[in-house]
Amino acid sequence: MSHTISALVLNQPGVLARVAGLFSGRGFNIESLCVAETLDPSISRMTIVTRGNDQVIEQITKQLNKLVDIIKVVDFFGSEYVDREMMLIKVTSESSSRAEILRITDIFRGKIVDVTPKSYTIEVSGDENKIRAIIDLLKPMGIKEVVRTGKVAISRGSKGI
Amino acid sequence: MKKTGAQILLESLQLEGVDTIFGFPGGSVIGIYDALFNSPIRHILVRHEQAAVHAADGYARSSGRIGVCLVTSGPGATNTVTGIATAYMDSIPVVVLTGQVSTGLIGNDAFQEADIMGITRPCTKHSYLVKDVKELARTIKEAFYIAGTGRPGPVLVDLPKDVIADSAEFNYPESVNMQSYNPTYRGHRGQIQKAFKLILKANRPLIYAGGGVISSNASEELTTFARTLSIPVTATLMGLGCFPGVDDLSLGMLGMHGTYRANMAVTNCDLLIAVGARFDDRVTGKIDGFAPNAKIIHIDIDPTSISKNIRVHIPIVGDAKDVLKKINKLIQEEKEDWKSIRREWLDQILQWKNAYLLAYEQKDVIKPQYVVEKIYEITKGDAIISTEVGQNQMWTAQYYHFTKPRTLLTSGGLGTMGYGFPAAIGAQIAFPEKTVIDIAGDGSIQMNIQELATVAQYNLPVKIAILNNRYLGMVRQWQGLFHNKRYSHTSLEVSPDFVKLAEAYGAVGLRATKPEEVVPTIEKALSISKAVIMDFVVEQEEDVYPMVPVGAPLKEMLLV
Repeated sequence: MSHTISALVLNQPGVLARVAGLFSGRGFNIESLCVAETLDPSISRMTIVTRGNDQVIEQITKQLNKLVDIIKVVDFFGSEYVDREMMLIKVTSESSSRAEILRITDIFRGKIVDVTPKSYTIEVSGDENKIRAIIDLLKPMGIKEVVRTGKVAISRGSKGI
Repeated sequence: MKKTGAQILLESLQLEGVDTIFGFPGGSVIGIYDALFNSPIRHILVRHEQAAVHAADGYARSSGRIGVCLVTSGPGATNTVTGIATAYMDSIPVVVLTGQVSTGLIGNDAFQEADIMGITRPCTKHSYLVKDVKELARTIKEAFYIAGTGRPGPVLVDLPKDVIADSAEFNYPESVNMQSYNPTYRGHRGQIQKAFKLILKANRPLIYAGGGVISSNASEELTTFARTLSIPVTATLMGLGCFPGVDDLSLGMLGMHGTYRANMAVTNCDLLIAVGARFDDRVTGKIDGFAPNAKIIHIDIDPTSISKNIRVHIPIVGDAKDVLKKINKLIQEEKEDWKSIRREWLDQILQWKNAYLLAYEQKDVIKPQYVVEKIYEITKGDAIISTEVGQNQMWTAQYYHFTKPRTLLTSGGLGTMGYGFPAAIGAQIAFPEKTVIDIAGDGSIQMNIQELATVAQYNLPVKIAILNNRYLGMVRQWQGLFHNKRYSHTSLEVSPDFVKLAEAYGAVGLRATKPEEVVPTIEKALSISKAVIMDFVVEQEEDVYPMVPVGAPLKEMLLV
């Protein structure tokens, strides 16, 4: 099962290495990882997407909690939350396909952020299904390159983690 | 008044109560050594940095204080890795101070540069690179706090040369305030209440005690708990000594080389109370066959130890001492005749005990078990014993009946050959008046034999008993049992003459080749106030039994 885990960590050198080492040292895989400062610049927030059975996930969250530099860990699995990722996608455009690409971008509420006579670069954000859907639709046009941020997640409701 | 980094470091150590450190100097720490020259802190100069960490570890295990060692950058730092990993696996509080090249050179492949933080990240509890002398005092405070609290462990502090030379105002923080590190000491009341109910209902309860009982200084509470309710106790290798090994309720060690009665009790109990133990594979054997009929209560300060290898029914996160105290308070109210309630279960255990006692036959050649047994008898169990790793370690666990905590120093988790001798040095420094004996094999003693110079320099009366079988005995045993006696590279055909070697280092060497020489040799060694090597030429192909083969359930013991 895929789990989305949020961790508040001290914004210090070496923290990412500790987290990465925790996963690699136990043979656990990180599907995506996203790190950036929070409102408090001394604290960063990591969103980690990983996969494993209940026992593996329990170990992962406990081991994360055990790291001295980690303040708080929340596994969103089974709770109400919103997750999003952002993608930049560069698509080959020919005169015949330009209108279609714009239409698809529009349907997905994407934005054209760069344009050349032979390509469009589109910015789009959404959950995993939306990202997958737009990739599928743009594939026939010829995708040159894709960059994804990995997921960020936040709980629903008025409370923070 | 401003002070240099080196002064700040040493004064911080003093404020942490450190009076002794183990170390080896070098270029990047020369400033610290200069300050040490007229510091009240005692420095023990080892002959290899690995031994510095093991000695600090032995000091910590035997005394319950935090061990400290100091080494230089690069090779000095990398030589500590095995020592750090050893302390990490056994949860021993050690602060390792490593020199580092100047901050401006870090990452430049400078002379004697090693990314020791990176190298040791998986085997330290935490680590710091001090980049600013103003951060030094707080870092040392935190390092000691982290090493000694919660589940203890090694903390590494990397000290660049320029930071040590730089100066700052010295203000040692009074307390530590870390929002990200708050170990849980107090056990959850609801969970304790649940556990208590289960304990009262159990017909065949068993306590499985590990090293956590010793690190939390909970032996007294554990003993009260076990004796009040007449619950038998089996200990892990790390837990030996946490409950008197001579008590009727003591079943000795469990696991791969555990006693028949301990392993049978685990297999047949209906309630297993694990305290400060982590269900290591050498303890459980095949997981499905471990306590298959039991409900399991697990008391541990480290949540990651709980339900890691085996599902437990009642987890209690907390300090063993605190939790046991609370349980003991609850059981005070229960005035039952526990002895007679337990009679059937204890009788059964007695039957197992009598069915297969730990035994060996002492004929014309010295049996290694005999040596250990005699050391136990002569020291009356009152010595601090360290071991190396392999057969010597298992025979010590089986035949030396540890009755007090912190009297056995052994590398349980990592299984580090070469640990015992430097650990004995650390213990002897902590307890100058006590008898400290390293029970060694002829293989492992050679892994840190250079420390004979250290014991000579500081007149440490450490005793080494070598069970000399001219083999790497434990591996040979496995080759014998599982590889058709193909003794591939386990024969130590050439070893030094240990008696002459002792003499070369200014220690005393004694040799025993006949069974009747064993007792006089031990007695003589103990009467000498210098370091002594006792070379016991023992039966070459003696095996450690009982033995649970890897992957087998505990009840399937080889008992020969």
